[in-house]
Amino acid sequence: MNKRRPYVRPMDGWWRRNPFFVEYMIHEGTALFVAAYAGILLNGLLHLSRGEAAWNVWLEGLKNPLYIAFHVLALVAISYHTYTWFKIMPRTMPPVIVGGKRLPDGAITGGGLAVAAAASLVLLLAVWGMAR
Amino acid sequence: MSENQRTIEIEVLRYHPEKDKVPYQQVFQVPFTDDMSVLQGVQYIKDYLDGSLSFRWSCRMAICGSCGMMINGEPSLSCETFLRDYYPARVRVEALAHFPIERDLVINMEGFIEKLESIQPYIIPKEKRTLEQGEYLQTPEQLNAYEQFSSCINCMLCYAACPQFGLNPEFIGPGAMALLHRYNVDSRDGGKAERMELVASEEGVFHCTAVGYCSEVCPKHVDPANAVNQNKTNAAADYFLRFLAPKGGAK
Repeated sequence: MNKRRPYVRPMDGWWRRNPFFVEYMIHEGTALFVAAYAGILLNGLLHLSRGEAAWNVWLEGLKNPLYIAFHVLALVAISYHTYTWFKIMPRTMPPVIVGGKRLPDGAITGGGLAVAAAASLVLLLAVWGMAR
Repeated sequence: MSENQRTIEIEVLRYHPEKDKVPYQQVFQVPFTDDMSVLQGVQYIKDYLDGSLSFRWSCRMAICGSCGMMINGEPSLSCETFLRDYYPARVRVEALAHFPIERDLVINMEGFIEKLESIQPYIIPKEKRTLEQGEYLQTPEQLNAYEQFSSCINCMLCYAACPQFGLNPEFIGPGAMALLHRYNVDSRDGGKAERMELVASEEGVFHCTAVGYCSEVCPKHVDPANAVNQNKTNAAADYFLRFLAPKGGAK
């Protein structure tokens, strides 16, 4: 008689088993804030298309302290998402060869973060300039 | 044994299919010296405390890829993980995660072997050469393209690190995909079209959600996550480019 009886361990709660998986789940979770913020902006666009009065209602709504608190929370979540996104980036792209040598992971992650920071700054200054 | 000998607790996940319904923990008191690996710790248990303990090992120098275990929850080669780094705490040893346990620390690797066969892990020559024509030549750049991925020792730590493989054992997984990529990017190889069908299949690369832990635990710095993710791009390119350049037989 065959004595073999391979035991398959359950996967319940797998993401709590390792700090690496917890970080992964937080990374994936913060994507919901990215989606929620896109929703807020789309809603603003919708109000804008309905004329000045509707647009002003939307603007007024943004001044609600709860909304402002959500914005702060979203900023933290999206910053973390950006950081972990570029951290994994060297693993997800073909090797970049510069001068016959492979670009190190740190340069790709650092470059990505620098571009993201610069783009955010340019956008902020542009909006600031237009709002004045 | 020398004067600096100490005793560490090793907690082992035991499972004997003929008598146990489910695995259970068993703690052993193991005397150790600074130069002893976790593998030597479990060897001590087998030699002096409980001869029924089963585990795989061979080379003791991180080359054969046989002695992979979960050590305090992390997929590790037990031959290059040292007891001194855990002392005075207890060290927890389990069979590699995500694989069925055959007995104690021995996992069932049949699924992995089948996957390994399916990727055709050998060069399928682009052009057949006769002996008179000589060897296949390669530049250092062409060697660089695949060399890293050829360092895989089939230890399966990356599978024990991959929750997507744990959730769906059909997923071809990081190790096999790294080797598939190794042959696909070899300038001498002509088997890419055949292998790409596997890459793009239901069991292929798109099960991966870029957790990236596989590359963290790889003892040979193969970076299997990179092989998997590069092939997502390759499979997507194949899919869209077929509309531009139909090759016939596209599925």
